Amino acid sequence: MSEANTQAVEKYRNNFLKEVEERVEEGEWVKMCMQCGVCSGSCPFGPHWAHPPQEIFMMIRAGKRDEVLTSDSMWMCTSCYNCIVRCPRKLPITHIMHGLANYAHRLGLAPKGQPTREFGKMFWNNLVATGRVNELKLSLSLYFKDGFSQGIKNAMAMKDVGLGMLKAKRLNPFELFSPHGCKDRKGIHAMLKKAREIEDRRKHLTS
Amino acid sequence: MTEVVATNETILVVGGGISGMTAALEAAECGKDVVLVEKNSHLGGRVSMLYRYFPKMCHPSCGLEINLRRIKGNRRIRVLTMAEVTGISGSAGDYTASVKISPRFVNEKCTACGACTDAVETEVPNPFNYNLNKVKAAYLPSAMAYPQRYVLDPSLVGTAEGEKAKAACKYDAIDLGMQEETVQFKAGAVVWATGWQPYDAAKIQPYGYDRFDNVITSVEFERLADPHGPTGGKIQRPSDGREAKNVAFIQCAGSRDENHLRHCSRICCMASLKQTNYVREAYGDEGNSTVYYIDIRAIDRFEDFYQKVKADPNVAFVKSKVAKIVEDEKTKDVILHGVDTEGYHRYANQHDLVVLAVGMEPSVKGANIPAEIVADSSGFIEADPANGGLFGAGCASNPLDVNRAVQSATASALRAIQVINRVARVEG
Ligand SMILES: Cc1cc2nc3c(=O)[nH]c(=O)nc-3n(C[C@H](O)[C@H](O)[C@H](O)COP(=O)(O)OP(=O)(O)OC[C@H]3O[C@@H](n4cnc5c(N)ncnc54)[C@H](O)[C@@H]3O)c2cc1C
Ligand code: SF4
Ligand code: SF4
Ligand code: SF4
Ligand code: SF4
Repeated sequence: MSEANTQAVEKYRNNFLKEVEERVEEGEWVKMCMQCGVCSGSCPFGPHWAHPPQEIFMMIRAGKRDEVLTSDSMWMCTSCYNCIVRCPRKLPITHIMHGLANYAHRLGLAPKGQPTREFGKMFWNNLVATGRVNELKLSLSLYFKDGFSQGIKNAMAMKDVGLGMLKAKRLNPFELFSPHGCKDRKGIHAMLKKAREIEDRRKHLTS
Repeated sequence: MTEVVATNETILVVGGGISGMTAALEAAECGKDVVLVEKNSHLGGRVSMLYRYFPKMCHPSCGLEINLRRIKGNRRIRVLTMAEVTGISGSAGDYTASVKISPRFVNEKCTACGACTDAVETEVPNPFNYNLNKVKAAYLPSAMAYPQRYVLDPSLVGTAEGEKAKAACKYDAIDLGMQEETVQFKAGAVVWATGWQPYDAAKIQPYGYDRFDNVITSVEFERLADPHGPTGGKIQRPSDGREAKNVAFIQCAGSRDENHLRHCSRICCMASLKQTNYVREAYGDEGNSTVYYIDIRAIDRFEDFYQKVKADPNVAFVKSKVAKIVEDEKTKDVILHGVDTEGYHRYANQHDLVVLAVGMEPSVKGANIPAEIVADSSGFIEADPANGGLFGAGCASNPLDVNRAVQSATASALRAIQVINRVARVEG
């Protein structure tokens, strides 16, 4: 368990709803849910995950902190926005789901090896390195995430797409060795740091 | 030319539904002069289009009939039909109203003999049955219409058929030269009772009202159950006329929804509970109803009614707002998709027919009322001193059942009477 998590448990005791309201993106909307079920019924991923949004919101109010934060449900959201357009209470459901995932990640509670989470981490690290996404590196690290031989298999399966992109000049092999970044890499890093500070302050997070 | 005798001691009542009729009667029976303005060709409003009333399950005709008799017998009430108020100016105790009267092409000599109907062939959509069937273009709007006077559809004017209808009338009641006219008259106070209209179900995209034959609205279902309705009282599927024995009701269709109507329409839970009785009445133990709901709002005394329906083994309740409807292309059955809140189970349930318990919205929204008026965010008239001598009544002020609409109409009549009494004291 991370220190941030211990501190959060301390701070909010049994009031998980309050914790979500203060610390999760759009979390203040959770209490507006009237449990009608439209979001769950509209979610294309519904049959494949443990808890549909409506149930997650109920669990938050019921104080089921561990079940919610360790769940992989939020990570399954594809951002299709079906739920948002239909919710009679106009809850920004998609954003809350991503907010919950992000919060669980920061506390170190998110499920290990969950593919969306792994990809999210890769994408982020790739992006902040140069201030620009290096697609070649990103795809390769994705292919090779489950080991070398699986990586070769994945890469071979995608080779026609890769060659096509090469021909269309959408993919530059030299990016692997000398990736080009943005003009002011330092500036980007400073900006991200500042953003993180502001976010932490707003969410009463210290870590 | 229509003559309207009125002074600033006259009360103008706009809308001749159960609320407007009640307000007019209360005021007239207290000795005030009333002009009752109704847009339709007859009085009664939406109530006359219901099959039965909750909670007692009696026929609306009896309640209406008593009121109509009182109106007929009261010389203080002047009724204008096919008339719409287009403007109200002035202030409490001194209003001037402009009223546009559309031509009916039939005058007061009509005896409702029906000869003109027989003389014409052309048919027009029948608004009394929400256009689910057609009527001849010379018609009586409904069996118990008041005034009992026929109407000629404007499309007949200037045609050979129009002349045929005129020739068939032995009483010289058909006047094809009638024109639209606008009259102006005085009033001291106004009761605004223009009632409600069903929310446009086609706007609820995932339910496919405009795409699937077997998705209908609750108001249409009232007409299906009524012997005077388009199917002669048989509950049938629009797609193939087959008996609809497995009926789904979807609550809050358009209500309690930030994307549609924000308010709870208050009567639709009771309306659906009532309508499960229609299914049982038609098919006995073979008829099944399923009510999909967020929560059942059977207010105060209606709770008993709810408990009775709940005890019926042929009525099931699913706590869930349906997410979407799809149609089985071959059978035209409707399949409801959603998640049951009690246990979060997914379902895909097949039904013969779906009834959308559509919400009520004001038929004339606050902003469209041709006078200065304070209305809430849904367009219902508020009780506000800024409205001066203009008072909302019935469903123009709130989504209400008949009982409460009548109470609200009586209250508005009393307020209007007080304004008139003040005028009379000053002038007297
Ligand atoms: C599906 C359904 C079932 C229902 N069943 C029941 C039930 O069983 N029991 C019960 O108690 N209630 C029931 N209700 C509620 C009931 O219909 C209302 O309470 C009732 O109609 C209210 O009457 P009203 O006079 O206020 O409005 P309305 O009935 O809407 O009458 C308004 C009148 O004003 C006229 N008008 C509109 N605009 C203008 C204008 N600009 N100028 C002049 N006139 C105008 C209209 O033509 C109409 O005649 C039901 C409602 C629904 C939707
Ligand atoms: S659709 Fe909105 S109100 Fe309904 S259960 Fe989902 S979040 Fe709650
Ligand atoms: S946005 Fe996410 S939670 Fe919402 S319906 Fe789509 S996949 Fe489901
Ligand atoms: S208009 Fe003439 S023919 Fe038609 S019903 Fe009236 S009296 Fe009879
Ligand atoms: S009365 Fe019932 S169906 Fe109608 S809006 Fe309210 S809760 Fe929904």
